[in-house]
Amino acid sequence: MKVFQTTLRIAVAMLLLTTATLRANSGETPHEAQGNLIDTKEEINDYIKHHLQDAHDFVFYTSGTTGTHYGFPLPVILWDGGLKVFMSSKFHHGASVAAVGDNYYAVDHGKIYKTDAEGTITYDEHHHATNAKPLDFSITKNVVGMLLAGLLMLLGFSALARGYKKGPIPTGLARVLEPLVIYVRDDIARPNIGEKKYRKFMGFLLTVFFFIWILNLLGLTPLGFNVTGNIAVTVCLALFTFFIVQFSANKDYWKHIFWMPGVPVPMKIILMPIEILGMLTKPFSLLIRLFANITAGHFVVMSLIALMIILKTAFGPIASTGMSLVLALFISVIEILVAFLQAFIFTMLSSLFIGMAVQEHDHH
Amino acid sequence: MDQLLNDFSPGLFFMQAIILFILIVLMRKFAWKPILESLDSREEGIKSALDAAEEAKKELQNLQSDNERILNEARAQRDAILKDARELKENMIAEATTEAKTASDKIVAQAKSTIEGEKKAALAELKNSVADLSVEIAEKVVRQELSSNKKQLELVESMLADVAVN
Repeated sequence: MKVFQTTLRIAVAMLLLTTATLRANSGETPHEAQGNLIDTKEEINDYIKHHLQDAHDFVFYTSGTTGTHYGFPLPVILWDGGLKVFMSSKFHHGASVAAVGDNYYAVDHGKIYKTDAEGTITYDEHHHATNAKPLDFSITKNVVGMLLAGLLMLLGFSALARGYKKGPIPTGLARVLEPLVIYVRDDIARPNIGEKKYRKFMGFLLTVFFFIWILNLLGLTPLGFNVTGNIAVTVCLALFTFFIVQFSANKDYWKHIFWMPGVPVPMKIILMPIEILGMLTKPFSLLIRLFANITAGHFVVMSLIALMIILKTAFGPIASTGMSLVLALFISVIEILVAFLQAFIFTMLSSLFIGMAVQEHDHH
Repeated sequence: MDQLLNDFSPGLFFMQAIILFILIVLMRKFAWKPILESLDSREEGIKSALDAAEEAKKELQNLQSDNERILNEARAQRDAILKDARELKENMIAEATTEAKTASDKIVAQAKSTIEGEKKAALAELKNSVADLSVEIAEKVVRQELSSNKKQLELVESMLADVAVN
């Protein structure tokens, strides 16, 4: 989102300097040229939506005047009757069709579609592309983000682990990481899962906690990641929790779902579908909560930054810039809190669900 | 919802699943396991150190009470020994006294009996001597008295008078 912020700031600086150019540009049709400044509500909306989606290349900055993208391409890996590997630079940021062997691929709203040589994409009534979608295992921006987060975790925590060989008291960065690990263990896993069984799930809970937190924080950096705000990522995270809960569940858990003890038989029959539904809604709430919170956060911050441009005509450049800066800063600080909070809630609820599945019922 | 489903990328889901799985495996092996083990061992160490301190404190208290007990015992023992010694001394004195008394009594009795014997012997000797002496004297007296006829007659007469009286 900060990419957008930087782009917009530079764009505003240019706007202030060359108002004449702006007038000339805004008069043109907005969708026509890539190189135009983003200054209408529709363009801003599209830009935010574009940011929230995954991308096949890394763009740090797009020059508003020349339309040049500064960044680097990422490898595209497609499965379309065979493995197709090529660099995303072939798409020229969506401007051209990539020819791989006999097949042609084009990018539309962050997704790769199979097209003809001209790159024709047909749309249905919901404005969704109807072209065939090849299975896309590309190293996209989100995958890079995940790999980066994983790498940071491996480096940081293996350093912490190595530090214990030198002495029981960690030093340096490890001193910051250790309380976090203890926090997850003592305040999330232990009270929810129970003293006897928590140890088995620590690997998953700790990994997920730091994975989500780091990715949430990476989303606030100017690198422009939106990994935890991607539905596929949160679905995957929630499914991990779901399967861990189901596979570690004991007899009592299944009994409570299919044949609730302690209630009359008609109630047991009524409760069964409700409990089965509850089994599925738990991970669903996890995935929607994380996705919605992070997406909304990114959307709000970007929209507040965009106020600078939208309100420029009403309040003048200085007032609108100042207002959007203050509001965006305020929301960004809250987003830092949300980044931790969502990682905490996801881990907390995961351990709660695991705890419900493995707890011993001694009152029946 | 429709938009969400359209945005869902199976490829990204697949990549995420693989990355997350590998990450969990790697983190468990290289980070979480050693970290949690170190934390456990450290906590265990702290706990055992605290326990040891508590134990040492208790031991010290035990030692102190032990010392007190030993001291009291020693004191009691000393008192007992002193008491015994005093009793022994008194007994010894008493015994010695009685022994001395009996010995002296014996000596006195012996002396007494010896003296008695001597006295008797002396008396007997004296008696013999006195008898001899008196016989000698009587002899002499008789000789002197009866040296004249007259006196002899007088004696016979007195003796006859006595007999006549009787």
